[in-house]
Amino acid sequence: MSLIKMSHVKKVYKTGVTAIYDLDLAIEKGEFVFIIGSTGCGKSTLIKMLYREEKPTSGTILVGGLNVGKIKNSKVYKLRRKLGVVFQDYKLLQKSTVYENVAFALEVLGTPKSEIYQKVVKVLDLVGLKHKANNYPNQLSGGEQQRVAIARAIVNGPKLLICDEPTGNLDEITSMEIMKVLEAINQMGTTIIMVTHDTDIVNKLKKKTILLDSGRILKIFEKGTYNHENIKNSK
Amino acid sequence: MKTLRILSRSFRDALKGVFRNFSLSLASISCITITLLVVSLSLILSSNVNNIASLIEEDVTIVAFLDVDITEDETNKVLEDIKKLDNIDDVEFQSKTEIASEMKDSSEVYANIMNGWTEEENPLQSTYLVKVKNIESIGKTANELKKIEHVGTVKYGEGMVEQLVSVFKIVRNISLGTVVALIIVTVFLITNTIKITIYSRKREIEIMRLVGASNLNIKIPFLFEGLYLGIMGAIIPIVATFYAYSILYEKFDGKMFSEFIRLVNPTPFLYSVSGVLLLIGMFVGMLGSLQAVRKYLKI
Repeated sequence: MSLIKMSHVKKVYKTGVTAIYDLDLAIEKGEFVFIIGSTGCGKSTLIKMLYREEKPTSGTILVGGLNVGKIKNSKVYKLRRKLGVVFQDYKLLQKSTVYENVAFALEVLGTPKSEIYQKVVKVLDLVGLKHKANNYPNQLSGGEQQRVAIARAIVNGPKLLICDEPTGNLDEITSMEIMKVLEAINQMGTTIIMVTHDTDIVNKLKKKTILLDSGRILKIFEKGTYNHENIKNSK
Repeated sequence: MKTLRILSRSFRDALKGVFRNFSLSLASISCITITLLVVSLSLILSSNVNNIASLIEEDVTIVAFLDVDITEDETNKVLEDIKKLDNIDDVEFQSKTEIASEMKDSSEVYANIMNGWTEEENPLQSTYLVKVKNIESIGKTANELKKIEHVGTVKYGEGMVEQLVSVFKIVRNISLGTVVALIIVTVFLITNTIKITIYSRKREIEIMRLVGASNLNIKIPFLFEGLYLGIMGAIIPIVATFYAYSILYEKFDGKMFSEFIRLVNPTPFLYSVSGVLLLIGMFVGMLGSLQAVRKYLKI
């Protein structure tokens, strides 16, 4: 069974703007998928529906067997515990240390302290920030902050990691460092969906790439390269 | 076990929250402090006004004059009849001899005239001094007294007493109204200040939701935080009320201007005022933060 299954998904915003038209998509366990497309093509809407920040207007979205569109606001946490989300702007608590930021995701679930410590240290080691556990976010570089955000997203051991332009604020070298971390996580079995604008990354990693245009899937490249020729040809 | 861990974490995080956002917490605390001080002042004022009114009302007495030639048996019969009425609090007998000696003591002129009287010549009337339970129906009770055999005139300061009662009624209503209005304003003011404190933590709530905290998990720490703010805000008003009132009470020896205007005794009065202040602080603190958090939980 696919980890994510979307069928006939449509999203119309209250303003009347249609962001997604009749979209079908299946993503298998363990895949690494890029979602690309020009600004306003519906990339963000698509992944926001996956972690139930937005509800589909019609159609069904199954994430790990949960019917996302049917989840009540008060039950959203059940979905969020199964997946991790990383954003362009990191969304860290500025007044908490690196350790506290990561531990936070476990504390709200009522995890015992000793278990929190073990898991947080392990995951900080994975993203290479064990030595900065006691620093505050404003003492870190952008790349380091993003690695903290990734650590927080995966500390629960989610099956799915959703990344919304995680390298959007970072330079080329730092971006590649982040991608290495993400690839390592993917190799450990976590499915990753990443929205990006960064052509270099897509071209270098050669992963499955979904090209969106005006709310529709224009093409799926199995080992995608992102260039204007490709986009033109598919139109 | 898990619930306990979440509770203890909430307890700790709420305390951290108060200090990490200290400037906003301070704003909330000072708002609570100031409004509760005003509430405390109004509580003290209105309680004392009520107390004074009650004391004066308690002093109002009906005097029932008995026939001059009444026998002792008849006097006892009158007492029994008076006690049968329903609005009677206390009855005291004053014989004409007692009244005469009281009058003689009060003035030399009276003494000169009255010294010549024998027991039989004493033209004064023995009386019953009657205190009523409910002052509002004093007129009715006076009429009933009048109907009793051997009771002549009945006096209770007609007219003046009714006026006094109606004035006190107005004063009581005004003071109660003021206290209630003030408490409502306080609730409104404090909830809004706390809301602002929580609004600035929108991001925190967003992240909590993102990492899979249930709504209850998110609410509890903020509920505790509101509680802490409420308690901290109530400390100064409670201490100030205790000191100020105790000093005031001692300085005036419990009364103001005359024996009539006695202040409310500090114990247990101050404990109840403090309790009310603390409860308002706690309740309103939690209410404010809960309202603010709900906004971000999309319930």
